[in-house]
Amino acid sequence: MDLYEYQGKQFFASFGIPVSDGGAADSVDDAVAIADRVGYPVVVKAQVQVGGRGKAGGIKLAATTEEARTHASNILGMDIKGHVVRRLWIEVASDIAEEYYASFTLDRSAKQHLGMLSAEGGVEIEAVAESNPDAIAKIWVDPVDGLTEARAREWVAAAHLDPAATEGAVDILLKLYRAYTEGDADLVEINPLILTPDGRVHALDAKVTLDGSSVFRHPEYAEYEATQVRDSREEEAHAKGLQYVGLEGSVGVIANGAGLAMSTVDIVNQVGGKPANFLDIGGGANADVMAGALEVITNDPSVKAIFINIFGGITKGDEVANGIVTAMGRVEIGVPIVIRLDGTNADEGRAILEPHLGEGLRMESTMLAAAHTAVALAGN
Amino acid sequence: MSIFVDETTKVVYQGLTGSQGRFYGLLNRDYGTQVVAGTSPKKAGTDVDGIPVFANVADAVAATGATASCVFIPAPGVRGAVMEAAEAGIEFIVVITEGVPAHDGAWFYNKLRRDHPNVQLLGPNCPGIISPGKANIGITAGHIAKAPVAGEPAVGIVSRSGTLTYQALYELKLNDIGVTTCVGVGGDPVPGTSYIDCLRAFEADPQTRAVMMIGEIGGSAEEEAAEFIADEMTKPVVSYIAGVTAPPGKKMGHAGAIVSGGKGTAAAKMDALRAAGAQVGNNPTEAGTLMVEVVAGLTA
Repeated sequence: MDLYEYQGKQFFASFGIPVSDGGAADSVDDAVAIADRVGYPVVVKAQVQVGGRGKAGGIKLAATTEEARTHASNILGMDIKGHVVRRLWIEVASDIAEEYYASFTLDRSAKQHLGMLSAEGGVEIEAVAESNPDAIAKIWVDPVDGLTEARAREWVAAAHLDPAATEGAVDILLKLYRAYTEGDADLVEINPLILTPDGRVHALDAKVTLDGSSVFRHPEYAEYEATQVRDSREEEAHAKGLQYVGLEGSVGVIANGAGLAMSTVDIVNQVGGKPANFLDIGGGANADVMAGALEVITNDPSVKAIFINIFGGITKGDEVANGIVTAMGRVEIGVPIVIRLDGTNADEGRAILEPHLGEGLRMESTMLAAAHTAVALAGN
Repeated sequence: MSIFVDETTKVVYQGLTGSQGRFYGLLNRDYGTQVVAGTSPKKAGTDVDGIPVFANVADAVAATGATASCVFIPAPGVRGAVMEAAEAGIEFIVVITEGVPAHDGAWFYNKLRRDHPNVQLLGPNCPGIISPGKANIGITAGHIAKAPVAGEPAVGIVSRSGTLTYQALYELKLNDIGVTTCVGVGGDPVPGTSYIDCLRAFEADPQTRAVMMIGEIGGSAEEEAAEFIADEMTKPVVSYIAGVTAPPGKKMGHAGAIVSGGKGTAAAKMDALRAAGAQVGNNPTEAGTLMVEVVAGLTA
């Protein structure tokens, strides 16, 4: 779950990381009120989850109330790479002496947390990694040990920041590590982390990705969850607890297990079709889940045929079959379904489907054959 | 020979009294696995169809001599369940549960390595392990796996995806190829057992003559395995990678299955495996066909 900048800053602030005074606004009047409160000059920033906001005109400096009003009204409603701006973040503008970069994420190869700190901030870290890899100071933190102050200090020294930034940087990095671990984040990134001419260090931007699996111990995530941008199909699937990713084609895909769902999308492509989606009904999917999945798929008008690919492990073939029969009774499915069913209780499942087979529901014995049939029925 | 588990492995099921634990615990027992105990803090002293239930893993180990555990505990309790098993002396811990927070997974991986270096963890978010004809620990449907036949070459399987693991077992069975052991390492960012752990064990196992390795987008585990294959494997490897057409930046179901910053693509993994000398199929069926050709070229 990716947070907006304003949410990321609120998240950072809750761990004591200094951010600029500011507020989020959904209207021009609110934006101006915040600007008046924090004091000019202010920065008016579009809240969209896409890079290149500044270049698109979504970040503006305002020296007066009038300028704040003009910028806020221009930016609200602006379309930035397909993302319409619905919310602004207004904060007091900062004087910048130096721009740094700091982040934590999981290094899957090392199986430890990776911290990156660079004196070259304000640009994409990938670009720094490419042009000047030595400018990035890295540390690997064993999750059992955590980050100690002594190590944070060594790390800051290795990054060759301005000596005036040392104390502030050590403090922020320790807090950033806490935000990363206690907040159950997949990624926390401050770019730029700035040093002001009067020697203060603080976060000028915030990029935070939270781990959706940890929601059970973070009731505060509900607020972030409510603002996630999804297409309407993804929204509906998400509400039903399904793993769904919208694609552009005409063959609706339902499979159990992420790997099989990915493989099903691949095989539809390989036989010349275009999948409309990735949909994993998960382990232990029962009749209700299958019915819900079919509802989501059939609500997508571009779907011309549905390929259900089930290999039972935790998911039981008879439950899947019952789900399909239930869904066919519950919702109008105007497109043909092709199913391939193997694994746990597959024989029982096939027996349940047998009386319902015909034009609208076909069964194939292999994944490849089912893909061919579904793609042919979808008409491409 | 099988790797990691066989018919002598005694297993305690953590969460045996839950619906999933009971269903698969009993299926595993029917398969022939020595399901010797279950645990449930509230139901100690009862039994599940004759399998005794203990308050904790230590009691189960003391009473039954279990050396492996299979975890069906819901995600919030997995970190505690893994450490409980390790502290009770369990040597092989299989975590089926999906949705374990990434920070928990990273924490207990490192904690085990430090305090319990002899414990092998499989998972989380994995289908488990099956040594066909001997033992099945987890959620794989046993009937889709063919046991090795004396005098015929058998193969090993290692996979990150559950359902693709079943698919691979099934493809091999359709082609009448026996499997020594099939290990599902799981789709989480920090899997307890890696591809390399399995490849090394298969390389050392005289009965395993070739290995099927199934990967997916995200991370660099397949690339690391490719290096191992190039440097250390003498046995043939056939591979398949899911997610060739996955859009970047989207988590494809598994927590670990995401192409980010242009890294972790299926194409890069397939290239690395091919460069290492592995044969790579474009779909599970093609990988199965490649394995049939490999096996046909082996002498028993």
